[in-house]
Amino acid sequence: MRAIGTAAVAAQVVLVTAGAPLLAGTMRQVRARLEGRAGPGVGQPWRDLRKLLRKEAITPVGTGPAFRLAPLLLVSTTAVVAALVPLASTTTPVSGKADLILVVALLALGTVALALAGLDTGTAFGGMGASRGMTVAALVEPTILLAAVALSIPAGSTNLATIVGDGVRDPVRLASPAGLLATAALAVAVLAETGRLPVDNPSTHLELTMVHEAMVLEYAGPDLALVELGAQMRLAVLLGLLTSLAAPWGIATTASPAALALALVLLTAKVALLGTALAAAEVFWAKLRLFRVPELLAGSFLLALLAVTASYFLTGE
Amino acid sequence: MSLLRKIRETGRVAEDAPPRPAPAAPPAARRLAGSVQVRCVDAGSCNGCEIEIAAAFGPVYDAERYGARLVASPRHADVALVTGPVTRNMAEPLRRTVAAMPRPRLVMAVGDCALNCGEFAGGHGVEGAVTDVVPVDLRIEGCPPGPERIVAALRAVTGR
Repeated sequence: MRAIGTAAVAAQVVLVTAGAPLLAGTMRQVRARLEGRAGPGVGQPWRDLRKLLRKEAITPVGTGPAFRLAPLLLVSTTAVVAALVPLASTTTPVSGKADLILVVALLALGTVALALAGLDTGTAFGGMGASRGMTVAALVEPTILLAAVALSIPAGSTNLATIVGDGVRDPVRLASPAGLLATAALAVAVLAETGRLPVDNPSTHLELTMVHEAMVLEYAGPDLALVELGAQMRLAVLLGLLTSLAAPWGIATTASPAALALALVLLTAKVALLGTALAAAEVFWAKLRLFRVPELLAGSFLLALLAVTASYFLTGE
Repeated sequence: MSLLRKIRETGRVAEDAPPRPAPAAPPAARRLAGSVQVRCVDAGSCNGCEIEIAAAFGPVYDAERYGARLVASPRHADVALVTGPVTRNMAEPLRRTVAAMPRPRLVMAVGDCALNCGEFAGGHGVEGAVTDVVPVDLRIEGCPPGPERIVAALRAVTGR
């Protein structure tokens, strides 16, 4: 029993790490096709990472530990999140620790580490990116926490494995007003947290429009590889979490190898589908002006607040 | 919805890839293995070459399909595309840009001005050709060089 749980955790981490660049490649390929281009192929992010790992590491003059540690922190916190959250199985040795608030805090730790690294370079754009990143993060974290509260009221726990397990057993709850509102709020928060359109443009070359990119302008070689891998893993893990919360069908609730294998296949399919849909939708979106971003995030906060209220009134006796 | 219809009617704009050029790139290119990040440096160009570079990365020529990508920082770059004769004010920024790039790095001089100052040879604000300021690995001739030439040079580096 325990061996299969451990295998599930290992499989989740390996799948997220190996699949995240492929997800990014798929999304770029979908976008390229819709723009009439041929596209570099799904494997291009992996080729980029391989090349970056072979390149010379550069530590810019005047940077300190914050700059050097941030890539490691970003990747390791995301890997821990990938191990914790019930992406493929709800019965793992660590599922008792998979608290939604802990997951939010781990993701915030990665964000803060990257912002500190941006400040540490002492360049104008690094500081600007850090300030913008923190503004977005400060607006996103309350939304995620409120949505977490809304999801945890019916389950009676903030433990993700319990919430997802309840969703598998009682699918009607997912379609309740509280569940739908919380999922919508979380979706907007995930877009902002992973630096996608309309909050941030991941493929921009213009420093003045950057949020995430501006913080990592000084990274080179293996450090840049870690930063890129970390960002791609965050997207994969958050899309996976979103599917686990909104469409948990197929997630293994028992410790059997067949259920786990099916869950991993379904997880890959669901995240690939969601990523493709997101990439296709992004073709139709423009990046929001920076001063309009708080309006969007306030809207998602309102959704989360409504979700909490609805879940309190509709499930309370 | 009109955008959706436009996408469906337009279909694929990218032209079919021409046959792969003979790999004539310096040995440093082999270590990049199919992935090249490009930083453009306008050292004093008339912007003719910039228009051609933009066309090379546009939908029709689609240099991105061979693994080349434009990036915003020299720290992320493997190749510096330098255009124009190097003006006195851009000589130092050009040296610093190339110094900021992690090894293995390549410098590509794009256009006749970058190669031999072209029209601007002897101008009072001109420091010299690109090769007088930083070591040049690849040359692309033409005034301006067509997108197909820029794409061919980039393919020689990416090897795809």
